[in-house]
Amino acid sequence: MEHLELFFKSIFIDNMVFATFLGMCSYLAVSKKVTTAVGLGAAVIFVLAVTVPLNWLLDQYILQPGALIWLGPEYAEYDLSFLSFILFIATIATMVQLVEIIVEKFSPSLYNSLGIFLPLIAVNCAILGGSLFMQSREIATLGLATTYGVGSGIGWFLAILAIAAIREKIRYSSIPAPLRGLGITFIVTGLMAIGFMSFGGMLTGGEEEAKEAPKTEAVKVIKEEKAKEVKKEELANNTKEIQE
Amino acid sequence: MGLLSKKDAALITDPFADNNPITIQVLGICSALAITAELKASIVMAISVLFVMGAGNIVISLMRNIIPSKIRIIAQLIVVATLVIIVDLVLKAFQYELSKTLGAFIGLIITNCIIMGRFEAFALANGPWRSFLDGIGNAVGYGVILILVGFFRELLGSGTLLGFPVLGDPIEKTGAYAFGYENNGFMLLAPMALIVVGIIIWVQRSRNEALIEEN
Repeated sequence: MEHLELFFKSIFIDNMVFATFLGMCSYLAVSKKVTTAVGLGAAVIFVLAVTVPLNWLLDQYILQPGALIWLGPEYAEYDLSFLSFILFIATIATMVQLVEIIVEKFSPSLYNSLGIFLPLIAVNCAILGGSLFMQSREIATLGLATTYGVGSGIGWFLAILAIAAIREKIRYSSIPAPLRGLGITFIVTGLMAIGFMSFGGMLTGGEEEAKEAPKTEAVKVIKEEKAKEVKKEELANNTKEIQE
Repeated sequence: MGLLSKKDAALITDPFADNNPITIQVLGICSALAITAELKASIVMAISVLFVMGAGNIVISLMRNIIPSKIRIIAQLIVVATLVIIVDLVLKAFQYELSKTLGAFIGLIITNCIIMGRFEAFALANGPWRSFLDGIGNAVGYGVILILVGFFRELLGSGTLLGFPVLGDPIEKTGAYAFGYENNGFMLLAPMALIVVGIIIWVQRSRNEALIEEN
């Protein structure tokens, strides 16, 4: 239950793009086509699912105040938390390199579709952000950290997929010239973020007693809502086209 | 300016407007949006980035001939991470409250695309002095947008600037509130940052036709 809650929370409520603006650079740069967006999104899910648990372990056994106690009681005083930025980013950069080598060796076809995006990912703020938020939200277990990583990755994937689809459509609409390209993408993202804010009540809205039962229902409703939202956006785009 | 040749001066002034890192180069958006609900946080963020960019560009430029190009990304990340740790510790020492609100976003300066972007595009190919100027110029261009967004969001969202009430008291109904003005709480929410930046881009591009993108 805890896992499910965190999973959907990290996809919808704390969506990387819409709630915390992480990974915006690649989100804006690589969202011109749906196919490339899917490639990058998949790579982000993968790397987040690997690095967040790994950094959780580092945080738990090396960085936190008193975490070095497993070396012996004389190490209990050490507080290495100021090193977390440098250790996290080093882990991420090495993992990305490692993943690249492994994927190239075992699945050349996957490498060809992901390949060019993998080095980009090391400097994607969503990846480091995942680890830093994992640290500041004090996620309790390794399993939860993995869930958080995968969930955030899927959230980012959904966001880039949606904006890529909208941008493909929006090309046929008549937008005021100065707003074309970047400007309208920002504003559309802002509107999508307002839409995603409505998920905020998802986990807090219910009463304490009703907390257990309707959760699976809520999930279904959300999926439907999401589908509706996408349809609505498409509809709006279509009407724009027709008007044109 | 005797110190700066014309070419060097352009390094500082270009990113300020026509080659702005945020609105034209599309770099460093993440942190620009997340922390701009208050003007003070925006200013502190702009200064932090200024320091990291200036110092980082010098270091990378000095090391550009000894970094093997295969591992340059890791080398760059380590340099930035070290500088960001300095910023983080200084903030924790002197502005503890603010460092709490900025939270993870100070750490995210490491992956701020402006920094990596300028390292790759400029510092790896130019000497330390010009790299320093380029870093300062881009950081100032970034800071201007940040402060602009922070200014509008705080003014329209809570009617204050740097925490001081400038539009009167909303409860006592003085100043602008006496005429029925209301704060727009919506401006404080995250999505409005995107829309404000979108509008800034709109204004900038309608003033300078050359920047308009192909559809």
